[in-house]
Amino acid sequence: MAENIKLACRNVWKLYGPRAAEFLKANPNADLEQVRQAGFVPAVRGANVDVRDGEIFVIMGLSGSGKSTLVRCMSRLIEPTAGALFFEGHDLRKASEKALIDIRRHKMGMVFQHFALLPHLTVLENVAFPLTIQGQTKAKAAARAAEVIELVGLGGREHYYPRALSGGQQQRVGIARSLAVEPELWFLDEPFSALDPLIRREMQDEFLRLQAMLKKTIVFITHDFDEAIRLADRIAIMKDGAIIQVATPEELVMNPASDYVEEFTRHVPRDKVISVGAVMQKGAEGAGEGLRMEGKIADIAEAVVSANAPQMVVDSAGKPVGAIDPETVINVLIGRVR
Amino acid sequence: MERMFKPSILVFAALFAATWLLAKFGGAWFESPALAWLMEYPKSWVLPLKDYVSAAMKWLVEDANFGLFTFTEFTRAIAWLIEQPYEFVRAVLATGFMDGVGRRAEQIVPPLSWIAVTAAVVALGHYAKSWGLAAIVGLAFLYLAVFGQWESAMITLASVVIAVPFGVVGGLMLGLLTYRHKAFEAVLKPILDLMQTIPVFAYLVPILFMFGFGPVSALVATVIYAMPPMARITTLALQNVDPEIVDFGKMTGCTQRQMTWKILVPSALSGLMVGVNQVIMLSLNMVIIASMIGAGGLGFDVLSSLRRLNIGGGFEAGIAIVVLAIALDRLSQALAERSTTYAPAPAKTGLFVRYKRSGVVAVILIATMALGFFIPALQTYPEGAELSTGAFWTESVKYLNINYFDQFEAVKIFFLNNFLLPIKRFFLGIPWPWAIAMLTLIGWKFGGWKLGLMNLIMATFIAATGMWEKAMITVYLCGASVIIASVIGIPIGIWAALSPRAGRVIGVVIDTLQTLPSFVYLIPVVMLFRIGDFTAMIAIVAYALVPAVRYAAHGVRHVSAELIEAGVVSGCTKWQILLKIRLPLALPEILLGINQTIMLALSMLVITALVGTRDLGQEVYIALTKADTGRGLVAGFAIAFIAIMADRVISASARKAKARYGLD
Ligand SMILES: Nc1ncnc2c1ncn2[C@@H]1O[C@H](COP(=O)(O)OP(=O)(O)O)[C@@H](O)[C@H]1O
Ligand SMILES: [Mg+2]
Repeated sequence: MAENIKLACRNVWKLYGPRAAEFLKANPNADLEQVRQAGFVPAVRGANVDVRDGEIFVIMGLSGSGKSTLVRCMSRLIEPTAGALFFEGHDLRKASEKALIDIRRHKMGMVFQHFALLPHLTVLENVAFPLTIQGQTKAKAAARAAEVIELVGLGGREHYYPRALSGGQQQRVGIARSLAVEPELWFLDEPFSALDPLIRREMQDEFLRLQAMLKKTIVFITHDFDEAIRLADRIAIMKDGAIIQVATPEELVMNPASDYVEEFTRHVPRDKVISVGAVMQKGAEGAGEGLRMEGKIADIAEAVVSANAPQMVVDSAGKPVGAIDPETVINVLIGRVR
Repeated sequence: MERMFKPSILVFAALFAATWLLAKFGGAWFESPALAWLMEYPKSWVLPLKDYVSAAMKWLVEDANFGLFTFTEFTRAIAWLIEQPYEFVRAVLATGFMDGVGRRAEQIVPPLSWIAVTAAVVALGHYAKSWGLAAIVGLAFLYLAVFGQWESAMITLASVVIAVPFGVVGGLMLGLLTYRHKAFEAVLKPILDLMQTIPVFAYLVPILFMFGFGPVSALVATVIYAMPPMARITTLALQNVDPEIVDFGKMTGCTQRQMTWKILVPSALSGLMVGVNQVIMLSLNMVIIASMIGAGGLGFDVLSSLRRLNIGGGFEAGIAIVVLAIALDRLSQALAERSTTYAPAPAKTGLFVRYKRSGVVAVILIATMALGFFIPALQTYPEGAELSTGAFWTESVKYLNINYFDQFEAVKIFFLNNFLLPIKRFFLGIPWPWAIAMLTLIGWKFGGWKLGLMNLIMATFIAATGMWEKAMITVYLCGASVIIASVIGIPIGIWAALSPRAGRVIGVVIDTLQTLPSFVYLIPVVMLFRIGDFTAMIAIVAYALVPAVRYAAHGVRHVSAELIEAGVVSGCTKWQILLKIRLPLALPEILLGINQTIMLALSMLVITALVGTRDLGQEVYIALTKADTGRGLVAGFAIAFIAIMADRVISASARKAKARYGLD
């Protein structure tokens, strides 16, 4: 297994219904139809996922597609019906109860859709809670909690009770609480779905700001494709319990694996997803001082179109690799790509 | 569905008609010796179950030995454990600490003064909610002092104070176990079901046998009575904790203990507090009833007044119970609410400011205790200043009885002749094998073969233990009371739902009625109508009315607004909306209300044994006075089985009705 893979799922299944494990043993490759025929709820079907160190891995799918179940299998909140899980190379399904408690206390954090704050604790106590569970002293836990509360911009509200806060603020508490233990793997199950659209955008920015600072490995669940595109390094698309494509946002838009995926990508503003390198003419010559090939079209469109001539494209080392002409840029802008 | 349904209604109507004809005209038939066994379950067939139970109980108490200790030693140890805290609290609240025994005992430390206790509850009322609540509970306790009920009330309160922690902690533990272990739930649930339907007197008997006459028996019975609802509410409250919060607890790496005490219990607190309130009110109810096995206090005053037909005394003690019940209910509800309204923490202040209330109470306590040695009125409310309403009640009842005797008698006789007796004749006229067959059939129709089988077994148990006739009298009395309670309660409920103003008033009244211990209902009716079935019926109706009102109101109120609007738009008159839309849709709820009414009626039936009924309740009561365990338990189970059959059949039909309307 590659060094930089934090968490791996191998052929993970979760079927709801009596004697599901036996059914899977008999039919290890059952398709959706067979599973339904047999009377099971197909929550997760044969999921294979590699979450790399330090990336934001987004799982996207419509409601009921099995996202929550999959992420709960990853943390073993739900026992998978079949399949294997590796966390930092160790077989998570073989971990003892005690080892699991230890991993969850120190290496994993989770943020919930409806915040899951404890109503009887103040903001400070909520954030300090995971630390006190680990057995840290009150004073030490409170000091660390105050730090994280400051980090998520809630300084001054330490002594509020959750019910006195707005939805966005409550989720900031949820985020702070999950960060307090400095987890290595951070699960977020639709953290912003319960928030109003404006607040949601603000929280996404906030989230990216935090990640730029903290560089966690993140599994982020959403049913909102725009959110996925905005945040993801890579996206897994789920449908009826199965993962139908895992790719970067750009690959998804350029090469959707099926009509189903394409349907999602249809309204995505391409210029914000597609990079210069993906549409340039390789080896061609161009003017200018060199555009970075990993930059997005949206960032360079203005410059290329107003120059009205092919512009040079360079790689990260500054070496010329090709050129991009105004026509290509315009095609991307009006959605006439491929 | 529709087509299947019609013939089955016809079949049932025909069967009912056949039953009625059998009961009415079959009498002559069954007089022939060859058929008499159909009417009266032959004595020689009776299973002597009660003798077995009594023998087993006797063995348990006299001979059972667990190796290290005997059963009796075991019960003595429990008794001792309960007695210590009880004696202490009783001394603190009511009797004071004594030195020596019997007549020569001398009080070395007096109990808390009446002023101190009143001040404490006032402070608690203010802490829990407001000055308004403080005034209510303060007045209630003042009433107890001024009207000469103080000592009895404090003895009752002492029992409640001891029983409640046992009931709450025990119920919480059972509830937690049920929540954690599916297997435990499978065992516990039927036991809890049974314990809630077995009439209280029935388990007073074995407890009396094991612990002897006295407050310990009463406390044990109280705890057993009050614990099941707490267990049930605990399980429910824990299951209702947001699953995300449970996931959060696991993701934080909580151990099972941390999960329970740091996540689940605090998150479920508001539900649990409802349970605590219930335990308090049920404990009070039971402490009053348990005066029959030596609890003392207000219940004993009522009981002895009833026995001596001391009208004034009975009313006084009864009102004191009402006052105490209302005070405890309001106080515990307010405390429950307070414990889950998480308010911003107040700024840090000095010790005295923070503990102002406790400080004032402590000062009053010490001052009254010290000054009490010189001015006894500060310690014990002076007898000379006590008021008594006893004479007033005696006179009023006497006046009513002298001037309206004929009217009361006429009402009573009218009901007896035209309502109670026909129903009684009907039930007693059904041959028992026919009745068992009918019950089985009804069970099968509403709940499938499982329910049919259950009814068959339970009804056969009743017949086989020789309880049939008494069971029929029970069913008749209960049925008649439920009919009256429904006829009165359901319209009141509908009215409460349709008129917001009436709804508020009715709500307050039924809330209060519900907090009153069952014993209290006996007092006025027995004074006016003396003893007998009619008296029992009125007391049962009064006690069992509340759920009929409450469920009807809830059902009618919660019919979807869209449906009502649809009715209005299609031009329905008010009456049409009520009859064609609201009532049919509220039917399942109304059925559930009737179900609850039956349950309450059955539990009250046992208590009305005190006013001379001749049903299973009387059987249990006699067993209690004779300490005959077998007799009491068998009759108790018979009542429980009647309750369970009624409950399952009605719940099943309510479910069917709901499914038919696509509710739920
Ligand atoms: N405990 C359960 N029992 C039965 N079915 C379940 C259970 N939990 C989830 N499901 C089903 O599994 C499917 C996936 O659910 P979930 O993972 O919550 O989807 P998502 O998070 O993508 O909305 C749904 O069809 C859901 O109804
Ligand atoms: Mg979900």
